[in-house]
Amino acid sequence: MEVDSVFVTDHSGRISSNPLLDQLPSYQSLLYRRKSSTVGSKQRGSSRARVGSSGSGKWGINTFVRLTVKQKSQTEKRHIRELAKPMAEKRKHKKQCAEDAQKLSSWQQWRQSTRKYLRRMRDESEEWLNSLKLWRGDIHLIEGMFGTGILSYFSFLRFLVTLNFFIFLLMFGFVMLPIIIAPHASGNITFSQNESYCSVYKSDSRRGLVNYHKYITDLLSGEGFLEQTYLFYGFYNVDKIHFSHITYNLALAYLLVTIGYLFLSLIWIVKRSAAGFKHNLIQDEDCFQSFCNKIFAGWDFCITSENAAKLKKKTLLYELKTDLEDEKIKQKIAERTHKEKCRLYFIRLILNLFVIGVLAACFYCIYLATIFSQKAQMNEQKVNFIVDLIYEYLPSIVITFANFITPVLFSFIINFEDYSPAFEIRFTLLRCVFMRLTSIVVLLFSVWSRITKCKDGPCICGYNHDLYPCWETHVGQEMYKLTIFDFIVIVSVTIFVEFPRKLLLRYSSSALAKWMSQQEFSIPQNVLEIVYGQTICWIGTFYCPLLPAICTLKYFFIFYIKKVSLIKNCRPATRPFRASSSNFFFLGVLLIGLTLACVPVIASIAQINCSQACGPFVNYNTSWGVVPATVYQLPEGVKKLLLALSSEAFAVSCFVLTCLAMFYVIALAGAHKRVINELRHQLEMEGRDRRFLIQKLCQAQKRSGVRSPQSKFQPRRSSSRSSPSYHTSFATNFSDAVFLAHAAPSASTQV
Amino acid sequence: MGNKQTTFTEEQLEAYQDCTFFTRKEILRLHARYRELAPHLVPLDYTNNPDIKVPMTLIITMPELKENPFRERIVETFSEDGQGNLSFNDFIDMFSALCEASPRELKTIYAFKIYDFNRDNFICKEDLEKTLNKLTKGELTPEEVTLVCDKAIEEADLDGDNKLSFADFENMISKAPDFLSNFHIRI
Repeated sequence: MEVDSVFVTDHSGRISSNPLLDQLPSYQSLLYRRKSSTVGSKQRGSSRARVGSSGSGKWGINTFVRLTVKQKSQTEKRHIRELAKPMAEKRKHKKQCAEDAQKLSSWQQWRQSTRKYLRRMRDESEEWLNSLKLWRGDIHLIEGMFGTGILSYFSFLRFLVTLNFFIFLLMFGFVMLPIIIAPHASGNITFSQNESYCSVYKSDSRRGLVNYHKYITDLLSGEGFLEQTYLFYGFYNVDKIHFSHITYNLALAYLLVTIGYLFLSLIWIVKRSAAGFKHNLIQDEDCFQSFCNKIFAGWDFCITSENAAKLKKKTLLYELKTDLEDEKIKQKIAERTHKEKCRLYFIRLILNLFVIGVLAACFYCIYLATIFSQKAQMNEQKVNFIVDLIYEYLPSIVITFANFITPVLFSFIINFEDYSPAFEIRFTLLRCVFMRLTSIVVLLFSVWSRITKCKDGPCICGYNHDLYPCWETHVGQEMYKLTIFDFIVIVSVTIFVEFPRKLLLRYSSSALAKWMSQQEFSIPQNVLEIVYGQTICWIGTFYCPLLPAICTLKYFFIFYIKKVSLIKNCRPATRPFRASSSNFFFLGVLLIGLTLACVPVIASIAQINCSQACGPFVNYNTSWGVVPATVYQLPEGVKKLLLALSSEAFAVSCFVLTCLAMFYVIALAGAHKRVINELRHQLEMEGRDRRFLIQKLCQAQKRSGVRSPQSKFQPRRSSSRSSPSYHTSFATNFSDAVFLAHAAPSASTQV
Repeated sequence: MGNKQTTFTEEQLEAYQDCTFFTRKEILRLHARYRELAPHLVPLDYTNNPDIKVPMTLIITMPELKENPFRERIVETFSEDGQGNLSFNDFIDMFSALCEASPRELKTIYAFKIYDFNRDNFICKEDLEKTLNKLTKGELTPEEVTLVCDKAIEEADLDGDNKLSFADFENMISKAPDFLSNFHIRI
């Protein structure tokens, strides 16, 4: 190829690169990093024709030494272990640094040694902290067996366990602990009391002879003996606790802890997702699935088991084949005619309406089930133990049923909508996420519609105190039931569906068994499951302060159940879920769940009247009422400041400033993108310029090399005199091996 | 740590700690693993820096490397003689560069060396084809292989010379989301 005549093949057919290229500054700057490879190649001798490096002789080595001296000062800024040099050189470098350090002043020596000591300390403490991490060995095992995709699910689970544990610690430390230690620390508790029509609360505790199965019903539904315990909001009748020196306002603490745990979750999730988010913003969807990424970063170096390696190979193969198909599909999409496009959009519209209809139907079913369940609970006549339990759990059952059916339906429908494969996956997931999380909101909405509607006209107490003397406890019970049922479903599906499926597969070779072939560990569905559980936890903690502890235990057991099920039963999905994007996806869905969870909590704190018969907020109209009351009691200056911070003027100006900052950052990002494109174009041009120049140079060299044998017989003094510098400079710069003929002209000039 | 160990002098351990991403405990553990590969060859006492090299055939039997399609290339890259025989220095260098704490730049340099099969400091089409074949073990048809390699070069080549120089490779890797999470070996 004419363009690439820079890289000539010598007579043996091996590629030999031009010596000129080796002396380019850009190559030299990389040389110090790659010296080990040239060392290796030097010793390999004849098997490679690296004319340049082995033959550039004195000049090459001198430049190299000079450059290393210059770069040493640059590399000292980087730590020794980050240099790409073999160990022996690193140690020499270290000795050199130590010797140089002797020449420094004592202050700088002390600074260096402290820095080193601190770095060592930091490394050791990081290692110690890592060893404390929960389930380190198990996750390492899973990583080796199944790769990083599934690993991300399990590390997400571990994150949720830790998050729930900290929420529980918050609640326990600020709400429960003061109540527990009050009698021991001589604290005087003032109970919140209110003598009015609304504060009649007959507790539902059973008296007399009780059947054993009542206890089980109570345990599963949170009523009866569990109702008046630390578990539910109604127990916390405490208003203030007076210790010897301070007064602890428990009502305020309760409210602030609720807001606090929502903030803590938000900050923790955002911090965790920051890295993955940056990646996703920079690239668009195309680069995500780029071929380069699959070839160079596709193999998971952590895999240690043979099965996992085979699976990974299959997965990579599948991904590459899918990508090749995607290319074909993209072409097909680009070639769509107008008529086809219209038809497609029409079909998509119909199907989307159908999906919305299905969702609406599901929500309506949940609403009906909830209303029916509430009515059945209020009904004094108990039919049967099992039937009672079913009535109690009816909303949970309907939600779970809907959540099983809708993903299957959605993945069936999306086949007709003819999107690109990547978009298909995301859109289906989005629909499933929406379904799962909105069903909780619908449930709460239906409960609230019962709570705030009274039989004759508007409610006296602001809520239906006949049916729900303590409505927060009731909502807490519903959340408790949802959590318990979710856990039961996960455990039962694993035990009663997955294990028998595997046994069926192993012991029978019928067609049915093959059709139900070994199931795959579908990461998105599993993640949605645990995000659903976490959303319930976030909503329910205000009404059921011990719910985070229950969720911690629940996720703790789910980890082991899923791990055993994975190892024994499943094989990972052939449609891979990439580790990189999965982290972002998990945390994104979790963030959606958090946002959705904030809505009911904020609505109930600020809007709905709190119950007057139980809980710490009896003396106030709404739960939020405790904050203004406390603020008005603060000293004048602080009060003015807080009132100013919560005024509309401050909020509006904050909003305007945030908008301005956002516009600025967006403009900056746009400008950077333009600059990057320009630079890329420039880089390409520079590369072409360089090759063009080198090509010209090579041609000139060849021409002068062809001329020189003739000059041996006909000393052309004119030519040699006219351009001695030309010849001599090349003689010093290039290896004799390439320009053997040059000896002749210089000899001839001397003559 | 206060443990009496006779494998290395204190000075050697300090040097290793400074030059790698490992702590004392891990360095001693690595030495035990190294010795495990060839107990008759590798002495227990390394205080006088013996010049022992474990051959490649033994190193690629390690569980961490056994299933890796690039195991020979990795070992060759880190060996001083280019043949894949690793001294302990090379051994610990290899695992340090590929460990989780190692920075992206260092991993990029070594990844380039690993994927550069013919060691001409460019990843040309033949190198790419060899990489792809190692990954898929010949399951793709030759046309598909050519197509994939063409597309890969098209994506990553910035200066238009139909092969990947280190600058091209580095730029491409910086945008590859899976690189950091996949390109590390846990030992």
